[in-house]
Order: sequence, then structure tokens, then C-alpha cells
Amino acid sequence: MAYVRDSEAPRLSAPIGSIGAYAWAKDKLFPTPLSALGTLAIAGLFLIIGWNLLDWAGIRAVWSAPDRELCAVDGTGACWPFVFAKFHQWIYGLYPFEQRWRVNIVYVLGIISLAGLLIPSQPAKNWNALFFFVIYPIIAFFLFYGGIFGLPVVETDYWGGLTLTLIIAVTGIVTSVPLGILLALGRQSTMPVVKTLSVVFIEGVRGVPFITVLFMASVMFPLFMPPGVNPDKLLKAIIGGSMFASAYMAEVVRGGLQAIPKGQYEAAQALGLSYWKMMRLIVMPQALKIVIPGIVNSFISLFQDTSLVTIIGLYDLLGIVQAGFNDAKWKSPQTGNTGYLALAVIYFIFCFSMSRYSQYIESRTNRGLKR
Amino acid sequence: MSETPITPTSNTASGGSWFYNARLRGFVSQAVVLGLLAWSLYAIVSNTQINLQRLNQNFGFDFLNKAANFDILSSLISYSSSSNYGRALLVGFWNTLLVSASGILLATLIGFVGGVMRLSKNAVVSGAAAIYVDFVRSVPLLLQIFMWYALVLKPLPGPRQAFNFFNCIFISNRGIIAPRPEFGEGAIWALALLIVALIASYFLHNYAKQKQALTGERIPAGWLSLAMIVALPAVGLFLAGWPLSWDFPSLTGFNFSGGMTLIPEFLALLLALSVYTGTFITEIVRAGIQSVNKGQTEASQALGLESGQALRLVVIPQALRVIIPPLANQYLNLTKNSTLAIAIGFPDLVATGGTILNQSGKAIEIVMIWMVVYLSLSLGTSAFMNWYNSRMKLVTR
Repeated sequence: MAYVRDSEAPRLSAPIGSIGAYAWAKDKLFPTPLSALGTLAIAGLFLIIGWNLLDWAGIRAVWSAPDRELCAVDGTGACWPFVFAKFHQWIYGLYPFEQRWRVNIVYVLGIISLAGLLIPSQPAKNWNALFFFVIYPIIAFFLFYGGIFGLPVVETDYWGGLTLTLIIAVTGIVTSVPLGILLALGRQSTMPVVKTLSVVFIEGVRGVPFITVLFMASVMFPLFMPPGVNPDKLLKAIIGGSMFASAYMAEVVRGGLQAIPKGQYEAAQALGLSYWKMMRLIVMPQALKIVIPGIVNSFISLFQDTSLVTIIGLYDLLGIVQAGFNDAKWKSPQTGNTGYLALAVIYFIFCFSMSRYSQYIESRTNRGLKR
Repeated sequence: MSETPITPTSNTASGGSWFYNARLRGFVSQAVVLGLLAWSLYAIVSNTQINLQRLNQNFGFDFLNKAANFDILSSLISYSSSSNYGRALLVGFWNTLLVSASGILLATLIGFVGGVMRLSKNAVVSGAAAIYVDFVRSVPLLLQIFMWYALVLKPLPGPRQAFNFFNCIFISNRGIIAPRPEFGEGAIWALALLIVALIASYFLHNYAKQKQALTGERIPAGWLSLAMIVALPAVGLFLAGWPLSWDFPSLTGFNFSGGMTLIPEFLALLLALSVYTGTFITEIVRAGIQSVNKGQTEASQALGLESGQALRLVVIPQALRVIIPPLANQYLNLTKNSTLAIAIGFPDLVATGGTILNQSGKAIEIVMIWMVVYLSLSLGTSAFMNWYNSRMKLVTR
């Protein structure tokens, strides 16, 4: 008579070494002695750095002080009151205090329209793009500069800080997208003259450092202008930045154009569409969708590269922070370090969130291709 | 069903309106573009002429022979303030090459270590590499240069309290000071023997490869060449009566004299450039290694290679094909980014050029020199890369 089991045997849990935190640690942290050594060394390094940072920026730091006195004491850490005192200047530059609401309006408008443009589920992308790329820059210019509707004029010398950084970077991107598209199309053109000019411009600008383009814009452009015309310093920086961004944008767009299968062009031509109609209705909508991450990445590099205008004497975010170091009221051994660290954090927040956004869009665009 | 007649429209056909003639339209639009270009060139040239006249300037490169009258912090070739502008630019050019070449070496090292770490199974190791990439990429390079300069190099002790390594190497806020080798007469023999050693080790490697392929026997070619490269020049020096002496640095007053100095500006620029570019190389190396089919690693493990050997002998040679083109791009970026030297005063080509520009007002000439130099570096590199790519392309049958 065979024994027949009529009830399920009690389930045993997995061996203790193969699940949970222990198994994870064994597999991911200490699989071999060498690997364990690496884990400990790196963890130790991070602990030391982290502790020193905490000690300097937290425990020994000065948190509130009216001026440099407390920060200048030997052995103190970060001088945060300097950052708090200068923070408005970092954002608005030397823009007159009672006029700063104009800058705020520009920020609010920009954030609303960007949110509409960047959040995929928001409707009316075309109208939003029209607003952001055409109408918004005009509104922003008149709000910043004034001179109409009784707004007092604020000369560009007073623009500065994060606002100036964003002005240069956003203008650069807004102009470089259409210019980049034209250059990319020019590079693919069958017309030799157009093609040669596009290639020469793109490769010429990409082959030289940004700083030489900025120098060219700031010292050579005035010589090219009719006598007596001396363009504004900021305008020269913006022209340099836009030229540079356009050349890089052209290559980004070209990448998108090359990703469109040839059949799309042929189908459009077979339907009898003209060149511009084919580009506008068939090719560009597909290509631009692919290159959105590339455009965001270009914006990140331009946003970072904008710090170079410090060298030609504009007070962008980096420039205004450094100018603050020379303020006699706050001069102390820790002022510079604190300022640089705070600035690095600001740049990090901006650039890191933008790069995460670009990765998110990229994975979203590729979702269809991954099946 | 009646057939609708299809009238062929040809691009060159005489039929149809001339407005729709593709060739004609092409001609016209190109002519318009050329005309606009010519017109703006003409306007630029004539405006510039008027402006230069007004400023009492003339276009030309004669100014390169004028005395520079400014000092340069650090120079690879002999230079004094009485040298001419051309010489100053040359000093800058050599400094650019120096900082770019050492930056490229260091960044490659950082990048390859980072890329391998990034793919490690160890969560802490790969996490550290990921944090490094995310943080360093998100901060502008210019700010990083200032930070290295202000946070790391300025707090170093003064020359009197310098970190002293066996009275040879001193690290202080004046930079790193090390003994300088001075070669006397006869040192040329050592150089000649070094070249001989290099050529011999090249042939030795080829021979070892052939022998291993034919017989499976392995010759420790790497160690042998290293021994040759070290020993032969030493023998040369010995035979020539040791014409090598060292100029040791010594503390005189408030600064060091003698030895050779790596100034802090150079170090800040070098560290910032290589750490920043290292992040991009890390990602390139990671992508390159990931592009190699997993079966390759498994096959090499099945053949009994250790994981380090598998990486070195099987994976990396295949990954290099994917890695090298973007790597060359990063090298170029590093070279171009080295122009940020001007912000902390390291005298590279742009910084010396900027000084000359301010002194002489020769804006067009200086900017032209910059552009020509950097453009030729870029175009030269991309020509080399095209050649290399066509050579390395997978031969598919």
C-alpha cells in the first residue's frame, strides 16, 4: 500500500544566504576579497569626504552674521551669510530693485510656457512652441529693457546674474533651432553653393573653441560694422553664443534627419509634395521629435558655456558671484569657497534635472522601437 | 474605366512654366545666395578698412616682430620680455600642446578606470563611478577650474612649509617643484640607443606574436622590451661617462630656485580638464564595452581566461572600434577647452594672444591666428580619424 500524500508540504523559505539584505550585500558588495576591498576603500573615501564637507558646511559654518567679522575668525567653516546676502544679486544682477517685478514676470511666463512645451501630455504644442520661440522673446525683451508703456529703460549693463545666463542661453537656443535646421538642410542640399557654405560654417565654428568665437564677436564685429555703430556688449555675446549653438544644433538636427527612412522622402515626393512641403509636413515633424533630447543637451552645454562670458567682462551667474568676493564687507578666507560651492550646487540642480529630463524623453521616444 | 493620360513632367522639360524648372530654380537660388555673400563680404571688408584707418591701424602680420615687453609665467622654450610677439605666441602654442597632451593622457586613464568601474558588479564601485559622472558633468568647466584653483591649490602651504619629499620634490602653493635633468655632451648616444630600443621592441613584439601563432610558445615580450628601454639608454649614458646631472630645487628666501616647476595654474587647468573630460570618456568606454556581445565574455571565460584577461584580450580590443571615434572627439574637446586657461592666467595660445591683442590692438590678426591653429588641429584630427576608421572597419564578406 503506497502512501499518498493528501496535503501540501509546508513551504520552506529560501535559504538565508540567497535572499534579502545579506544576499544582496554578499553579491553586490563583497563577492570576492578584492571586490570587498574596493567596497571598503571607496566607502571609506566617501565617508571621509562626506564628513569633512558636513563639518565645514554645517558644524563649523557661520549661519547668520551682518558682515565678514564672524566668517573671518580662524577655523570657521562655510560663510553662508554671504550667500544669503548676495542671493538676490546672483539672480537679478544689478537690475534696479524696484523694477525686479518685470524680471519676475518674465520668469513666470517662461516657466508656464516651458512647462506646457516640455510636459508630453500637455495639449497645443504648436501654439506653445509659437509662443515660446517667437512671442515670448519679444515680450521678455521689452519687459527687461523697458521704454514702452511707460516702463523706465534699464540698460543692459545692469542685467546680470542667473537672469543674464538664462537670457544668453535661451536666446542662443531659440535662434539656433531655426538656424540649425536651415544649416542641416543646407548641408544635405544638392545645390553645391549652399552645401559648401553650410559645411564651411558648421565645421569652421565647431572646429574652434567657444572662447575664440566670443572674442571674435566682441573685438572683431565692431570693426565689421559701419563706422560709429558699436553693438552692445551683451548683443555681441548673444551673437557669438547663437553662432556657436547653431553650428552644434545643425549637427543635432542632421542626426535626426538621417534617422528618417529614405522611404519617407520618396513617399512624400511620390505624392507630389514640393521640397519645403515635404520637409514641413513629413520629414521635420518626425526628425524634430527624435532630436528633442539632443536639443535639451545642447541647451545644457550652452547654459554651462555661458559662464565663459565672464572672460569678456559680462556679469553672468559666475561673474556676479566672483564680483561679490571682492566686496570689502564680506572678504574672508572662506567667502570664495562658500560662493563657489553654492554656485556649483545651483548649476548642478539646473543641469542635472535637465539631463534627467532629456533621458526621460529619450526613453519615451525609444519605447516604440524597443519591442 | 477610361485610362487617365499621364503627362510626364521632366525637370528639364521645356514644357510647363519656367517657374517650376528645378534646375533653373537651383541656379537662381544659388546665385542669390552667392550675391548676398559677396555683398556682405564687400561690406565687411570696406567697413573694416574704414574702421582700421580711423584707429590708425593697418592689417598685417609685421607686428609679430615687435618686442613683446611682457613676461610669461611658464615657458617650454627660452623666452624673455625682450623676445618678440611671434615668440610669445609660440610659447603659448607649446603650452597649449603641453596641457592638452598631459590632459589627454590623464583623462584617458580616468575614463578607462571609470568606465570599467561603472560596469562593475560591485554596487559601491559602480555607484561611485555614476556619482562622479553625474556630478562633474553638471558643473561648468570654468567653475571647476576656479574651484580646483581656489579650493585645492591655494590652501597648500607656502614654500617654507612645503611638503618635502626627500628634498627632491616640493609641493606648495607655488606648484610642484622637481629636479630637472641636465644632459651634457654625449647624451645623444643615450637618445640614439633609446630609439634603437624602441625599434627593437617593436620587432620583438611582432616576432613574439608570430611565434605564438605558429608554436603556441610565449615570449615575455613586454618585460623584455621594458628591460631594453630602460637598460640600453643607461648603458649609453654609462659609456659616455654619465653626462647627466640633476638640478635640484632649493629654498632660497621666500621661493625655490632651480629645478623645474609645474605652476599651480597649470595643475588646476590640467586637473579640471582631465577630471571633466574623464566623465565623458567614462561613458564612452562604458558604452563601448557594453557594445561587445556578452557571448564574447562567456566564450573567453569558457576558454579559461580570468576576468581581467578576458577584458584585456577579448573585450577591449573589440570595444576599441566603438570607443575610438568619440574618444578622438573628446580629445579635441579637451584641446579646445584648454583655452579656458585665460581665466586663471595660464599662458596658453589664447591667453598670450589675448595679452598681445590688448597691447597691440591687432584684433583681426590674433583671432585669425587662433582660428587657423585650432581649425588645423581639428581638421587634422578628423582626417586622421577618417583614415583610422576606414582601416579599422569590420571587414564583412
